[in-house]
Amino acid sequence: MASFKKIARRSFLIGSAAIVGGVAFGAYYVSRPAPNPLKPAEGEAAFNPFVMISGEKITLIAPRAEMGQGVHTTWAALIAEELDVTLDQVEVIHGPAATAYYNAALLGEVIPSKGYDKSRFMHSLGEALGHAGKLMDMQVTGGSSSMKDGYERMRAAGASARETLKLAAANRLGIASSQLSTRDGKVIAPGNIEIAYTELAAEAAGLEPVEAQLRHRSEWKLLGKAQPRVDMPGKATGTAKFGIDVRLPGMKFAALKANPHLGGTMNGFDASEALQMPGVEQVVDLGNAFAVVANNTWLAIQAAEAVAADWGPAPIPGTQAEIQDAIRAAFDAEPNSTLRDDGDVSALPQGAQEISAEYEVPFLAHATMEPLNATALYDGSKLQLWSGNQGPLLTRNHCADALGIDPEQVEVNTPMMGGGFGRRGELDFSVYAAKLARQMRGTPVQLTWSREEDMTHDFYRPGAMARMRGAVKDGSAVLLDGQIASQALPPQLMSRWFGMTPAGPDTTLVDGAFNQPYGIPNYRIRGHAAELQVPIGAWRSVGASFNGFFMESFMDEMAHAAGADPLEFRLALTRQEWAPAAKVLEAAKEMSGWTGKTADGVGRGVAMTYSFGTPVAQVIEVAEEDGLIRLRKAWIAADLGVALDPRNLEAQMFGGMAYGLSAAMFGEITFAEGAAEQGNFPDYDAIRMRTMPEVEVRILEEQTHISGAGEPGTPPAAPALANALFDLTGKRARRLPLMHDFDLLI
Amino acid sequence: MPTDLRINGKTHQVNLPDDVPLLWVLRDEVGLTGTKFGCGVAACGACTVHIDGEAVRSCQVALSDVWGEVTTIEGIGTPDAMAAIQQAWVEHQVAQCGYCQSGQIMQAASLLAANPAPSDAEIDEAMQGNLCRCGTYPRIRAAIHSAAQKMQEA
Repeated sequence: MASFKKIARRSFLIGSAAIVGGVAFGAYYVSRPAPNPLKPAEGEAAFNPFVMISGEKITLIAPRAEMGQGVHTTWAALIAEELDVTLDQVEVIHGPAATAYYNAALLGEVIPSKGYDKSRFMHSLGEALGHAGKLMDMQVTGGSSSMKDGYERMRAAGASARETLKLAAANRLGIASSQLSTRDGKVIAPGNIEIAYTELAAEAAGLEPVEAQLRHRSEWKLLGKAQPRVDMPGKATGTAKFGIDVRLPGMKFAALKANPHLGGTMNGFDASEALQMPGVEQVVDLGNAFAVVANNTWLAIQAAEAVAADWGPAPIPGTQAEIQDAIRAAFDAEPNSTLRDDGDVSALPQGAQEISAEYEVPFLAHATMEPLNATALYDGSKLQLWSGNQGPLLTRNHCADALGIDPEQVEVNTPMMGGGFGRRGELDFSVYAAKLARQMRGTPVQLTWSREEDMTHDFYRPGAMARMRGAVKDGSAVLLDGQIASQALPPQLMSRWFGMTPAGPDTTLVDGAFNQPYGIPNYRIRGHAAELQVPIGAWRSVGASFNGFFMESFMDEMAHAAGADPLEFRLALTRQEWAPAAKVLEAAKEMSGWTGKTADGVGRGVAMTYSFGTPVAQVIEVAEEDGLIRLRKAWIAADLGVALDPRNLEAQMFGGMAYGLSAAMFGEITFAEGAAEQGNFPDYDAIRMRTMPEVEVRILEEQTHISGAGEPGTPPAAPALANALFDLTGKRARRLPLMHDFDLLI
Repeated sequence: MPTDLRINGKTHQVNLPDDVPLLWVLRDEVGLTGTKFGCGVAACGACTVHIDGEAVRSCQVALSDVWGEVTTIEGIGTPDAMAAIQQAWVEHQVAQCGYCQSGQIMQAASLLAANPAPSDAEIDEAMQGNLCRCGTYPRIRAAIHSAAQKMQEA
């Protein structure tokens, strides 16, 4: 790993480089659609290593967090497609933290453009990248951006490596490259001569990388087809190594305890009782938290409960009602953004019928299956960290800062993640482990959060409210005027990541509302940022997680007021604005056999949300059984532009929906004295085998650009279910979770 | 006073207090990390193992209460020699993050041992205690049906 890290840095400058007995290939980074800010703007050449071939094996580097979305497999398939190797011939690794692995596509997501409007998008992206001074630290997995980011340059990396290997073979054989072909990790020459890539590694190392054209889609062998996931055998046999499974010689096990009153100080603690408990070795002060170190995680967790700590109060209103008041109060302040203002919403079109509704959703925890943890070893100058994280460079930099050492002295290892959903883009768990290791010089230590500690110290999906006003006429929507109130995420997240607070409108607050592909002539969306200090973070689909519910519930209310079928109502409004959105609605209509009518005791709802570049339509069917409401069936249609792995995309779509349904039905975090009142799954349940509907997924490829997959399945889930409940019961769900107002089967 | 445990056909001597849950004996002492910690309160099923063939939540079984032979995910098959149920998991590409899947597989294995051809309702009943935040349930169900069929044919 040490030599590999050196390569990652060096080949950033020189393209490809010899390693011990092999070669690491790079690919020139062609940034699209904006110019590459690294080279043309600043005069630098940026080459990124993604293919390593030694005398023994071929290794592909997929420097994105594998947290369940299958990114390692599809990322590797992009390279393998052009390299002409099969996935069972290669090893796929995450690799080290390196600036070369930054994510350009993610930056495009922060731009206040609708997204489906391409020319505006490209213009804005160019502008934003020009000002992205922090670009180099953005090795981040998030924003459903990995495939958008890797789609071209990973194929280019594979193609360049292939052509360079062919050149090495051509030199050896004394013939032209054009006489050679490649297949299954070998160069094939006339006369049935086959040379394995691994045999050519040393010779290829000395060559300048060759540029190559990308193959046309019709020539693809791997992409576009379902690939067996490279992590599947390990995950089916318990041998996949997650962060919490790291075991090092002499390693100690520790449990963390931080102030439950979020944001409050630690004024001291008495550990005398804990220190008498079995297995306990020490209790370490980490500034605003402490860690109990023991020979067993469970013993450490027990002892942490026995420490008497003096916790300072939280800078958060004391009751849940006051928190909600603070969110509501934001409506009265100047809007933080007006990112859409089409037509004139101030006047009611003549003959139109006006309706309005208010909605509210709660704070939510991420509740990844693997509780937070990180493992660290500090030897006095160098820190080794094993941390399931979504941002290795940020992790490296923050750990270095915390210890007062150079970032180069921090080695970040990124194991598998038992779920991320945005939580593992935070830095707290890595930094706490680093601080603990500093006080245990020479001894490796694994720091684990109990489920309760994890759930009560999240960076929550913020609670949010909406005031929606609309008007319908002749069966269609003629006006939509929405106000969204919630805490703004960028000031918190950017401050934690980069120590700076961005200026300007917060796109995330209104994402999923302002940018919906509905051709409503008078359409305005205003965002209102609430003044609250509740720790909030990115939660799968971020703003679209609540705006999807607000928008699509209200669209349903408008359809109902207009006397229109809710699916046809949406179809008419999308057809005139953006065809791919209409196509997913048509697909959902066809798959579900939607007629607008349901049998007694059955209800159906539809929702369509455009997020992360992807329109997703969902139809959910509910049925009353023995006095309880069961989710019977769901149909999902999504347009990804290019479906790189249809089976994996299907999993992302129904998985995203399940995550949204879990929250819609059961998810709610409330606060008392600034402390979360829910601590474990009995208080914060999720969808389970019995409550999960049967599901059918269709992936479309109508739109011109490849788009995101990890998040867009989530936003339409809550409104599709809420609209189905209305169809069944006649009762509108204007707040979540639904378990408070409906008798759901659990 | 060391405790002797039979795990996956081997005897292990464990030096830990009597009340340490089996989960933490397996993970932190014996080094079998395939069994996962999810909640600590028997609400998620990630820690499911077998004791004498019966599926139990290892976070709730104290070391001194382990009444029989323990089988973990590592004990039913390996990447090179998978059990039929593990093969079905690969065939149906069940796992996403994969963290809950050891527990899901151990729960499903004990279901199939007791009921070689479970109905959907019986799968619901048996698997209801096993949480998956990625929502892989449709594929878990398909894999259980598929494994049941293969095991009956074998």
